[in-house]
Amino acid sequence: MKYFFQSAAIFTALLLTLFSSCKNERTLPIYGPRETVSVKDKNGDLQVDTVYQTIPSFKFLNQDSVYITNKTFDGKIYIADFFFTSCSSICPIMHRNMKTIYEQYKDNPNISFLSHSIDYKYDKPAVLKKYAKKLGVYGDKWQFAYGSKEDIYKIAEQSYLTAVIEDPSQKEIYVHQGWLVLIDKQKRMRGAYDGTNPKAIEQLLKDIPVLLSETKND
Amino acid sequence: MTKRNAFLILIFFCLVGAILYSCQSAGKIEQDMYYTNGRDIYIKNCQNCHGANGEGLADLAPPLTDTIYLKAQKSNLVCFINKGMEGTLIINKKQYEGKMPAFPELADIDLAQLIVYVTNTFGNNQGMYKTSQVFEDRKNCK
Repeated sequence: MKYFFQSAAIFTALLLTLFSSCKNERTLPIYGPRETVSVKDKNGDLQVDTVYQTIPSFKFLNQDSVYITNKTFDGKIYIADFFFTSCSSICPIMHRNMKTIYEQYKDNPNISFLSHSIDYKYDKPAVLKKYAKKLGVYGDKWQFAYGSKEDIYKIAEQSYLTAVIEDPSQKEIYVHQGWLVLIDKQKRMRGAYDGTNPKAIEQLLKDIPVLLSETKND
Repeated sequence: MTKRNAFLILIFFCLVGAILYSCQSAGKIEQDMYYTNGRDIYIKNCQNCHGANGEGLADLAPPLTDTIYLKAQKSNLVCFINKGMEGTLIINKKQYEGKMPAFPELADIDLAQLIVYVTNTFGNNQGMYKTSQVFEDRKNCK
């Protein structure tokens, strides 16, 4: 009887640890370089804060010939990729997979899609519009971006960490990686998934709800 | 004795049946070889757009399940693949327009194997298509 309360207390403590560990939710890593800065908190004390790499401001024309900027994606998570409409190698697979995700989240206003064309010569907004229609994409949930070579190639390599090359010796002239890049509400890169790999797509489908629930609490 | 004879006759017919069956499949074996190789060529060159089950890709790439169309166009398939395609098509009563890239790097044997695969899968069952036929059909390319 002497040890009853003790053992009961230990048992409760154990139970509590168990439950709290269950609540530990999975979070996605934050990619890209980061730096620390000293900032004063509201009491005037110095604190260390981490500054993560974010997608810089941009301005592209979309498939409706309307300018889209980084503000278009404010308050949303989005999936970005690089493609071109006449591509017959990896783009069809990437967009076949992206379309599946798009269909699944069609009615969720917190997620968007952004495909940049790297064929700055041919993929004018009208061509992108035709492509979107044929893919079965209407409205502004999935944006197709047209911009200058300089802007698109720079943002691809420096911000979305996706290699894109114009190589006239290749059959299709443009060469690019097939990453589907997951961006959070603070415009930080939270994941990159091989858009041609079914396993990677499965992982992306698991990670989207994690990121959606995370940003809900902010 | 009649029982033994009946048994022997049965064995005889089984043998004849087996011989006939294996004779029949000589042609079938060649077709199966074409089919298997054609599958690899399909995965490498066509599957991206036309899909693992020949289902196509939305309105961008037509499906390969329209057996009537494939049968009617069978002698043109070589040209379609080798030279590419452009314009409007009606597949499964649905209109498709756009451009299919050319695959000039495919040799006659590759084309024959690919055509055997496509015309005998995805619900199609159109039998053998020989390499010599590729040579004939190519003459009519525009």
